[in-house]
Amino acid sequence: MAQVQDPILTPHPTNAIVPEKVREGIDLEINGRTYRHTGDAQMPLLWYLRDILRLTGTKYSGEHGEGGHDLVLVDGKLASATHVAVADVAGKPITTVEGLAAADGKLHPLQQAFVDEDAIGCGYCTPGWLMASLDLLNRHSQPSDNEIDQLPNLCRCGCQTRVRLAIKRVASAGSHA
Amino acid sequence: MIGDNHDGVRLTRRRFLQVVAGTAGALVVGIRLADATDAPVPPALLGDTLYGLGPFVRIDTDGNVIIGARDPDTGTGTTTSLPRIIADELDADWTRVSVVPLGLGVEDDNGKPRWTYGHQTSGLGNSIPAAWGDLREVGALARWLLLQAAARRLGVPADRLRCEAGNVIAPDGRRFSYGSLAEAASKVTPPTSPVPLKTPDRYTLIGHPAGTVDARAVVTGEAIYTLDSYAGDMLTAVLSHCPWPDGSLDHLDTTDTLAVTGVVKVVQLKPEAGQPPGHTVRSPAVAVLADSTWAALQGRAKLKLQWKPGSQSESSAWFEQQAADLVNNKDAAPTTRVRNDGDVDAASKKAAHRVDATYVQPWLAHATSEPMNCVVHIDKDSATLVVPTQSPQDAWHVVQRLTGLSPAQIQISVPRVGGGYGRRFDHDYVAEAVMLAKAAEKPVKLMWTREEDMSQDFYRSACVHKLNATLDGKRQIVSWNQRMASASAFAHRGVPDNRLWTSEVDAHQLPAGLVPNLRSDWYSLPSAMPRGLARGMPHVSNAFAVESFVDEIAHSLKEDPLVTRLRLLGVPRQIPLEEGQTLDTGRLINVLKLVADRIEWKNWLRTVNGLGIACWYVDGAYVAHAVEASLQGDRLNIERAVCAVDVGRVVNPKGLEGQVAGATLDALSTALNLSVTYKDSQVQQRNWKDYPLASMAQLPDTTEVILVPSELEPTGASFLAMPTAAPALANAVFRVSAVRVRRLPLMKELLRML
Repeated sequence: MAQVQDPILTPHPTNAIVPEKVREGIDLEINGRTYRHTGDAQMPLLWYLRDILRLTGTKYSGEHGEGGHDLVLVDGKLASATHVAVADVAGKPITTVEGLAAADGKLHPLQQAFVDEDAIGCGYCTPGWLMASLDLLNRHSQPSDNEIDQLPNLCRCGCQTRVRLAIKRVASAGSHA
Repeated sequence: MIGDNHDGVRLTRRRFLQVVAGTAGALVVGIRLADATDAPVPPALLGDTLYGLGPFVRIDTDGNVIIGARDPDTGTGTTTSLPRIIADELDADWTRVSVVPLGLGVEDDNGKPRWTYGHQTSGLGNSIPAAWGDLREVGALARWLLLQAAARRLGVPADRLRCEAGNVIAPDGRRFSYGSLAEAASKVTPPTSPVPLKTPDRYTLIGHPAGTVDARAVVTGEAIYTLDSYAGDMLTAVLSHCPWPDGSLDHLDTTDTLAVTGVVKVVQLKPEAGQPPGHTVRSPAVAVLADSTWAALQGRAKLKLQWKPGSQSESSAWFEQQAADLVNNKDAAPTTRVRNDGDVDAASKKAAHRVDATYVQPWLAHATSEPMNCVVHIDKDSATLVVPTQSPQDAWHVVQRLTGLSPAQIQISVPRVGGGYGRRFDHDYVAEAVMLAKAAEKPVKLMWTREEDMSQDFYRSACVHKLNATLDGKRQIVSWNQRMASASAFAHRGVPDNRLWTSEVDAHQLPAGLVPNLRSDWYSLPSAMPRGLARGMPHVSNAFAVESFVDEIAHSLKEDPLVTRLRLLGVPRQIPLEEGQTLDTGRLINVLKLVADRIEWKNWLRTVNGLGIACWYVDGAYVAHAVEASLQGDRLNIERAVCAVDVGRVVNPKGLEGQVAGATLDALSTALNLSVTYKDSQVQQRNWKDYPLASMAQLPDTTEVILVPSELEPTGASFLAMPTAAPALANAVFRVSAVRVRRLPLMKELLRML
């Protein structure tokens, strides 16, 4: 019986091959991975993280990011993801709460301290507290109470005293890299 | 043990336990609320999917145990505490337990909904009492079945076997894992008579601390809230609401909005006539639907719209004045005489000593971290929703009315909720989302912006309390007269007029039962400002007035306010209150003394800092706070906050400690800073800066929590620590500043008076 060649295996004439155009966009480095955003350059990082990458740990809680729910680290500095456009953070390393744990799943000492102190109410503001606390510990490995007082986060469940304990637990253990 | 029931499983006509064989030999146990004649097993339960799992235990052959958590978790810890109640009765190995939030359990009962999981609310302080009543039975039955299966395998009577951490242990020490027994247990005929519940001495989880069960997901950002949920091919909707609840749209031009890339549609929403608050759209609104949140927000910013005010033009200042006028008008007849013990008028005439004070408390918002939002997918014969709600059954009613679907065609899942505080008993945002999904003929995620959330709330009414007390020559309070004016949260909600006071004042509140002549009058004020449930209502506002006032009585007697309180409470005794409640003054004295000792109250007179104390009784539970405050210039520092609670048996001490610490800080934050004001019926607060929850600097560095050990039936605790924190603070502020704060928010008043 004669073999009928599968049309899919029929080679294209070489002149019909058009390489796809490299898509222009903004290169972003988020939690050690690289992404290219090809949409609106003015989109706030918050909505890029949430709606496009589905990294929903960075929370929305207001247009002005006042509650600290949307905090991320950009180039190692604390930033409100609501206030920075994707274009502003091109090429800069960005860390979100999803990027804190090690690749093998081991929690960052600060995350572990939040778990150990049960520094969680409804948990919606927790990622923001973690990012702000991490930033604080990056700047002061042994923060004073006054320095902890400066954290910008808001929480109605009342996790503040337990967050303070978690920060101190990390500071006293010296476990913050 | 008083009131505890350890004599066996209580099976009633309305409730029976159910055993089914799941897939792959799993044992599945639940309770059903049903008319016992027909009880189909939810097919989903028998499949591989966990969707539709009941308040069930599922034990897989590999020994993994899955326990369903039926109450929404708004931060109250019920996804941890309720499964632990089941797991303890089961003698499960907690490290092998996974918890699954259940979502709404509803079945079709001839066109009517039948709630398959029973109790499903969050934040009313009744999750644990309800679970104590029924969920223990689930664990006990599963354990009994496993024991029977093991007995058959070993050929020894079941009563010679014991269970421990996921194993049945034979007299000779051999261990059989629950997983290895699950399949056989699923074939054991369930008992016809009740199986015994554990005696408390055998509890291994109840009374032992456990952290939040999904803490890891929370700290890694992997916990999915409703706002983090996405349905395929979904549109995101953001709204612009009319600032006047009874206003209307005057002018709308959507040209620029529709020109924004990604914007798909603009839809108008209106409240439906005849629907009570929280069942329909709250205020007229214009919705912008787009393929991303960012596009929707940009589209909203480009709306050209003008709203027309309605007939209402109310201000919060006017409201407070009306309330003050009412309580000060001796001739005004109360709307309800809530309590009238003895003869206040006769007793007060003979008084040796008289104290009067008036307290004013502002309107308040809920300010949940996660704004109102909802994901809806409607098809011809189904509606699937993700809803951040405190009451999925109430949400179901809204969805059913708007879709006309039959009970089981509506599926509502409730992931972890970003704060509730009473706001999420109203489902205006669910009604909006359903209307938008119908209009768009696509799945829709509705997201309120913070501005909408702050200015479109169902607020807590402001209130004014006028208190008078008279004392005899022996410093005993002989008469107590409370006059309170406010707008009921229950108005227009189907609550009869003669019960509208129940959202505003508690008939049993202190000092009921302690003063021979006691009157509590409530004056209803009309208001067009939408109102709803609030955390700790009606205790928070009343405890502030009453416990501040007791302090004022002590001051007028020139004595230590702890002494005054202890005299008022008298000897430890049980005082029966109406509706089956009993005030145990011994338990109240105990929590007072615990906080007094911890804060070193003996220094009350000497310390340069101010010490304040307060206690309260809430539906069978007892709470006291002691606060130490200092003042440096105009900067108030809360040096210490100590709270003792007696809630009966503590299911999860770590969880309770978190609730108590959290409620303490919430109450302090609210009392220090927060008020909602409105002019021309428009709320003036728009964002966090206008409604500033306390910063870390304003709050105490630690919250010291004392849990009273108890063998009594557990009571609720989600808001227990709210009522006493603010008066203890105000009393401490008085000691340190000589300013008696009779008007909240405290900081504003303190700075005005200093």
